[in-house]
Amino acid sequence: MRNDARWSRRRLGSTIAVAGLLAATALTGCGSSSSGKATTTGTSASGSAPAAADAETATSAQALGGMDALAAAAKKEGTLNVIALPPDWANYGAMIDAFKAKYGLKVVSAQPDAASQDEINAAKQLKGTDRAPDVFDLGAAVALANTAMYAPYQVATWKDIPDNLKEASGLWVNDYGGYMSIGYDAAKVPAPTSLEDLLKPEYKGKVALNGDPTQAGAAFNGVVAASLGSGGSADDVAPGVAFFGKLKKAGNFLPVDPTSATVASGQTPVVFDWDYLNLGQGAALKAKGSKVDWKTVVVPGGVVGSYYFQAIAKDAPHPAAARLWQEFLYSDEGQNLWLKGFARPVRADAMVTAGTVDKAAYDALPKSEGTPVFLTSEQTDKAKEYLKSNWAKTIG
Amino acid sequence: MAVLTRAQRRRASVFRWAVLLVLGAFFLLPLYAMAEFSTRGGKGRTLEPWRAMFHDPDLTAAVSVSLQLAVLTVAVMLVLLLPTMVWVRLRLPRLHGVLESLCLLPLTIPAIVLVVGLSPVYRQVTRVFGDSPRTLTFVYVVLVLPYAYRALDAGLASIDLRVLSEAARGLGAGWPAVLLRVVLPNMWSAVVSASFLAVALVLGEFTIASLLSFSNLQVTINLLGKADAFLSVAVSLAALLFAFVLLLGLSFVGAGRHRRSRARPVEES
Amino acid sequence: MTAPLSAGRRWHRPGGATTPGVGDRARWATLGFLPFLAYVGVFLLLPTVVVVVGAFSNEGRFTLANIRALRESYVLEAFWRSVVLSATTAVIGAVLGAMLAYVIATSRPDGLLRRVFTAACGVLAQFGGVTLAFAFIATLGFEGFLTVVLRDHLGIEISPGWLFELKGLTVVYTYFQIPLMVIVFLPALDGVRAQWREATVSLGGSTWQYWRHVGGPLLAPAFTGCVLLLFANAFSAYATAAALVSQGAPIVPLQIRSALTSEVVLGQENVGKALALGMIVVVAVVMVAYNRLQRRTARWLS
Repeated sequence: MRNDARWSRRRLGSTIAVAGLLAATALTGCGSSSSGKATTTGTSASGSAPAAADAETATSAQALGGMDALAAAAKKEGTLNVIALPPDWANYGAMIDAFKAKYGLKVVSAQPDAASQDEINAAKQLKGTDRAPDVFDLGAAVALANTAMYAPYQVATWKDIPDNLKEASGLWVNDYGGYMSIGYDAAKVPAPTSLEDLLKPEYKGKVALNGDPTQAGAAFNGVVAASLGSGGSADDVAPGVAFFGKLKKAGNFLPVDPTSATVASGQTPVVFDWDYLNLGQGAALKAKGSKVDWKTVVVPGGVVGSYYFQAIAKDAPHPAAARLWQEFLYSDEGQNLWLKGFARPVRADAMVTAGTVDKAAYDALPKSEGTPVFLTSEQTDKAKEYLKSNWAKTIG
Repeated sequence: MAVLTRAQRRRASVFRWAVLLVLGAFFLLPLYAMAEFSTRGGKGRTLEPWRAMFHDPDLTAAVSVSLQLAVLTVAVMLVLLLPTMVWVRLRLPRLHGVLESLCLLPLTIPAIVLVVGLSPVYRQVTRVFGDSPRTLTFVYVVLVLPYAYRALDAGLASIDLRVLSEAARGLGAGWPAVLLRVVLPNMWSAVVSASFLAVALVLGEFTIASLLSFSNLQVTINLLGKADAFLSVAVSLAALLFAFVLLLGLSFVGAGRHRRSRARPVEES
Repeated sequence: MTAPLSAGRRWHRPGGATTPGVGDRARWATLGFLPFLAYVGVFLLLPTVVVVVGAFSNEGRFTLANIRALRESYVLEAFWRSVVLSATTAVIGAVLGAMLAYVIATSRPDGLLRRVFTAACGVLAQFGGVTLAFAFIATLGFEGFLTVVLRDHLGIEISPGWLFELKGLTVVYTYFQIPLMVIVFLPALDGVRAQWREATVSLGGSTWQYWRHVGGPLLAPAFTGCVLLLFANAFSAYATAAALVSQGAPIVPLQIRSALTSEVVLGQENVGKALALGMIVVVAVVMVAYNRLQRRTARWLS
């Protein structure tokens, strides 16, 4: 064997190793310092440095000199990055359009399909660039686990929000909520009056769950609701898993991820999902004159509610725009837009008292019998453990 | 001159038609299902979603971005990969295994994990090159390596590279001339294949662009589709047709200039 | 005049001593590999190192807990299913794709058939994700038009839900494996000269003998290389499976998805990286087997 060939290969190998180590250390080191550099350049480039720096740490509009000053600072930044906001989710499409029209900002809506954890991942991976998300809209579990990534901020209408629906310093605040429901195509299947109805042969191969309950919050709450409706309780999710097992044995369970395309094409005629999502589907299909007659009913016997969590990113590339967005969401206009999307806004009670609520939209929300159940974090953890060990086995 | 007997030729002809029909049907059925769904309207068929997509400014911008990415990716890939493969074959045969493994590595890591590793790198890239979606070229070249390598390797194997390059060098050609005027024309089919794969990959890539928050063609189609199910299927089908027409056009571009006396087909119909 | 390339061999003297100047040659030659290595190093090896390092750490500290998590039965089953799915679709895709590539290669070189099919295969090879899943559900799902046609007109009842299990994934994966095979195998077929077939026939050989002694050995290396590519392609395919299989995580990329993006079971990001490391190991093993196979086939067929 030729000595020089062996030598060149060994040399090559060690050069690669050394270069790789150097590069890795350089990059990880540069990463943290460059993120700081990027934010300062970003804020100083946005105009008067003091005002922009204030925006990063402002905890209310007053601190910046009032709403007009906040709007002006946001206008200077020019863009807002939002993430995981599908246009047909609680009327976010109209919300974004209204915000753009009112304040003249550009809104970049990234990854509409993203789950809550994707939002946090994106914030970590895009840190220091101009594309990182400015605001988050998260499910409970992810929201409470990542409070270190938020900046505290109290909107102008802070007092209207019940104390149990916000974090005291303003790190996060609930934005809208709904109940778990069953959406169905009235033209294809009969209306389900109880959970047992879904086990009948008319529903063969038709019942879908929005995701996997060990991964997605909506599916998780669907199983909890099924549990309540099958004689379980907030502490015991086993009857819910058993119900879906029975559904699968009867051949009625459809392991497809329901999207607006599958609903519109009739591939998923019965869907367990949040009421605002099902109602939104129904309204959109009716507007298009579709043959699909999508109706929604809260899960019979299992009224499970959940709120989503709104937060401002600590490393937001556009801090003033982020805070302006927050103000808009919690203003009467924003809350009514959510109401139009069939979601229950967090300031609903205060607005009913003040008479600023959109009465027609408020009355259109589905009625529910019984007190709604909101899971505590202990109950959620217990349910998660049970699902982790039993869901895959039951559903196969 | 007829090489095969009549019976052999008939058998071959039946075989050809069977393969083309069966596989052709297999490919066309799902596409038909998409076309059927996207033209469903209140009463019968409608072309409304197809009309709507041409009026969307975001979509035209995204198409332009994706096309630029396709051109850049093909260029960088060819400049990077072809000389390296030729060099390894001629001078560094022991590194052949290393090259092959490196070119297969991008396929072993799913995109969602690759992005986790890429984000520190891209932080530096955006610092140097700005926030443009064109910086996706760097990743796309890496993504297309497995496919391009396989296509180019098949092409290189079928020509006698050593003899050709020695002859050219012996006649006084420098390495660039050897590559451009001797090697490249002889493996044009492989280069076209590799470029096809690169263009198709760039036009169809979604995961990495989406996770890095860039808006290319597929990301914009996805966003557009959120508002309307019919529109999303129509736009996806349109994107497929667009890529098909593009590749079909590309196949005509290469043919004229580099037509060489190709081997006659093995069976004459 | 530049010396022929093979002249280097003559400089090697017995006893290991080499003439000065040859070492320089090797050094300069290696330099030619550096641009590629640098590029791949930054955009591929570095991210891989980041992922591998992540697989061994938890909150900044070295730990083997993530690797140990791979020993769970559902993870091992997922690896097994992934390997079976990838191998099956690779072989089916390779065989059917090779047949289609052969048909295309033997048509007129500048004819419409060749152009249309190569362009179509180029596009379909990269077609995947949500759209492909939707297209198949619309064709073969519960209410897919093909299911309905088979049920109403031919009386064949397809068992419900097969599309969303491994069998269904196999069919859907084949949809892009075949075109991929066509595109990467076509250049190899183009290198087969008609004269070789003519020579075989004029020497009295049959079609079978042609393929066994002439065509087969020539195409075998390219064929096995393409099978390997198809295997790796199916092994790491994620978007289509994610769109089609919404319940559970039967294959490894879906396990990675649930580790990285689950909003119910949190803090599994490094387990996801460990799973990715597992995937790299599996493909590395397959590559070693492929290399052995290449060498053995070369010896056997020569």
